[in-house]
Amino acid sequence: MEINIDKIITKYKGKDGIAIPLLQELQELEGYLAPESIRYLSEHTGIPVAELYGVATFYSMFYLEPQGRHIIRVCKGTACHVSGADTLGVAIRSYLGLSEGENTTSDSRFTVLEVACLGCCSLAPVIMIGDKTYGKLAVDKIGKILDQYE
Amino acid sequence: MTIKTIKVGMASCGLASGAEDVYHAIQKNLPDSIELKKTACLGFCFAEPMVEVIDEAGKSEFFGYLTPRDAEKLLNNTLPDRKLLISQKRDAPANKQLARQVRIVSRHSGSIDPENIQDYLDDDGYMALKKVCSSMSSQEVIDEMKASGLRGRGGAGFSTGLKWQFAKDAAGDKKYIICNADEGDPGAFMDRNILESDPHSVLEGMAICAYTVGAQNAYIYCRAEYPLAVKRLKKAIADAEEMGFLGDNIFNKGFSLHIVLKEGAGAFVCGEETALIASIEGKRGMPRLRPPFPAQSGLWEKPTNINNVETFASVAWIINHGAAAYAAYGTEKSKGTKVFALAGKIKNTGLIEVPMGITLREIIYDIGGGIKDDRPFKAVQLGGPSGGCIPADLLDTQVDYDSIVKTGAIMGSGGMVVMDDTTCMVNIAAFFLDFTQNESCGKCTFCRIGTKRMLEILQRIQNGEGVLEDIEKLEYLSEQIINSSLCGLGKTAPNPVLTTLRYFKDEYIAHIKDKRCPAGVCSALVHFEIDEEKCTGCTLCARACPIHCISGEVKKLHLIDQDSCISCGACYTVCKFDAVIRT
Ligand SMILES: Cc1cc2nc3c(=O)[nH]c(=O)nc-3n(C[C@H](O)[C@H](O)[C@H](O)COP(=O)(O)O)c2cc1C
Repeated sequence: MEINIDKIITKYKGKDGIAIPLLQELQELEGYLAPESIRYLSEHTGIPVAELYGVATFYSMFYLEPQGRHIIRVCKGTACHVSGADTLGVAIRSYLGLSEGENTTSDSRFTVLEVACLGCCSLAPVIMIGDKTYGKLAVDKIGKILDQYE
Repeated sequence: MTIKTIKVGMASCGLASGAEDVYHAIQKNLPDSIELKKTACLGFCFAEPMVEVIDEAGKSEFFGYLTPRDAEKLLNNTLPDRKLLISQKRDAPANKQLARQVRIVSRHSGSIDPENIQDYLDDDGYMALKKVCSSMSSQEVIDEMKASGLRGRGGAGFSTGLKWQFAKDAAGDKKYIICNADEGDPGAFMDRNILESDPHSVLEGMAICAYTVGAQNAYIYCRAEYPLAVKRLKKAIADAEEMGFLGDNIFNKGFSLHIVLKEGAGAFVCGEETALIASIEGKRGMPRLRPPFPAQSGLWEKPTNINNVETFASVAWIINHGAAAYAAYGTEKSKGTKVFALAGKIKNTGLIEVPMGITLREIIYDIGGGIKDDRPFKAVQLGGPSGGCIPADLLDTQVDYDSIVKTGAIMGSGGMVVMDDTTCMVNIAAFFLDFTQNESCGKCTFCRIGTKRMLEILQRIQNGEGVLEDIEKLEYLSEQIINSSLCGLGKTAPNPVLTTLRYFKDEYIAHIKDKRCPAGVCSALVHFEIDEEKCTGCTLCARACPIHCISGEVKKLHLIDQDSCISCGACYTVCKFDAVIRT
């Protein structure tokens, strides 16, 4: 693992404004930002741990916990909100058996996240799984869509 | 009629509706005589997947709602009339909607293939850049932009010509330009569509700007939630570099421009220009005090000009057709055209481009087709979390920067979300505050904590636990937050609350005094039951229930388990027999 982190560090070390790309590549490599990896990054780049955490917690793209194999983004934009996004979110969580406060299924198959707006408002309500967008959704379509993902 | 060309719309909305499958189905049976092309989005998103069929005489017809099974009929010219949307040959349902538009920024959207630079070149692509580089001085370009009256389309509406002047006049030989493609307003997707449908028009606008202000390096800051836009931009940049429209020594005039694409990391506030700059520098995206404005000290403390996607996409047209042609559209203080995103409870959801000065009523009814299911119109939300809700009696308001501000909303970036009688205005106010409260960077106390306190009050009201003094508290806190926040996020965060209080106070009072939600949305104040007499046992409600708390067999009475029911109202919405009673 550390060999690969070292590659990332070599690529950016000494340049300006590298905290975001460093963390992005780390996350790509390991799936999330583990505390020991952040510490390792800090030790080898000289960027304080606090600064790295400052960036990591500021942007919604960074995950501080391991994520499921498929990330479901439930759009909570205005158009989706007035078209039943809340109900859809409840249905997805209920279908996956997630309890309150839990975002990832115990088999690590799915992580369910809410996003502010996916910009596909004309098809509200919308969700995105990975890079694929599903629009004009209704509660009874959810099972069929989720079952396609291993 | 002999078909010459078929174009399939392949932007995000089309792809999400199955355009890829439609494309392959057509391709499978395609005769050699027909050319099959990919294009992006004409803006009629409600009818996706869409195709355009062009005959030998060059006349075109658009069909919508396609499925792969329609491919054969499409190729035989036997598609049913109900799939016809727009036609140059006969009466068609959306002819009028298209005729009402003036398409400048979206001139190529849905007609060219965004991934093929040749398509762009065939329609005067990069001609404006060539003209500027070979025959115009920087000042001439700026004067042209000033004369066009173009105001920034990112929200604030600042004169683009003036902004360029500041950047040009700023001292220093290293300067930057930035294209703001962070489009964070929920309900807005104009910029996404421009980037997906016509990325070169943005690049050309950026190159003209860079030439004018004297910048050699540029960034596009695009939100990561737009993977297709990112992909097409990357290709467009590479193609333009290869053909010498970007890169070193453009048109052999000694002018060079290198554009770097930066993907956002997910923070609404990074759309604010100083926060965006901090984010490109790799920091937390915290806005800072202005002045100094980016034109004096921006990225890496160098003079920086930052414009929105739509602003840049307007530039080449203005140079090619002249400032006067652009300024001929619009009102005295708001010139030109504006792209709007129509969403929510409107029939024709999608994107439109109209001259400034058109009324909201014309947009919503003449172009948008009116309200879904012909329900009563309640409000239109403009300007996202910084904007406000405009009620029915102001539908004749002209759409220009100043008239919209008078209503308490703002023009914003162009998102219009239409709401009907099933939308609760207290809930909407809480929805936006929840958003801004989440997205506040935390720098200013009032924005960080004030919005939180306001949200708590709104939640209390929604739970039926509000008191009349809460309304005054909301107004008081709003004033404090507006006065004590550094950036636009905080300064405008109370707008959704203030406008709903101004136009829909009766709904607040109903929640507070009568413990009633008139729209039947606030779950603490509604209760659902099934009417034994009316239920036909059609099972629709059981299938719509997100937590499966409705039981019953086919053709038998259904029952809601009241202990589990979350009062979401899904059953009420789907029931076709009025058998779900809401109290
Ligand atoms: C909280 C906040 C969010 C913003 N988000 C965006 C955005 O997503 N896109 C954008 O173009 N401008 C956004 N702006 C406006 C920018 O700060 C800036 O005014 C704009 O990019 C300037 O470009 P223009 O003159 O072409 O409009 C935002 C402003 C604020 C205060």
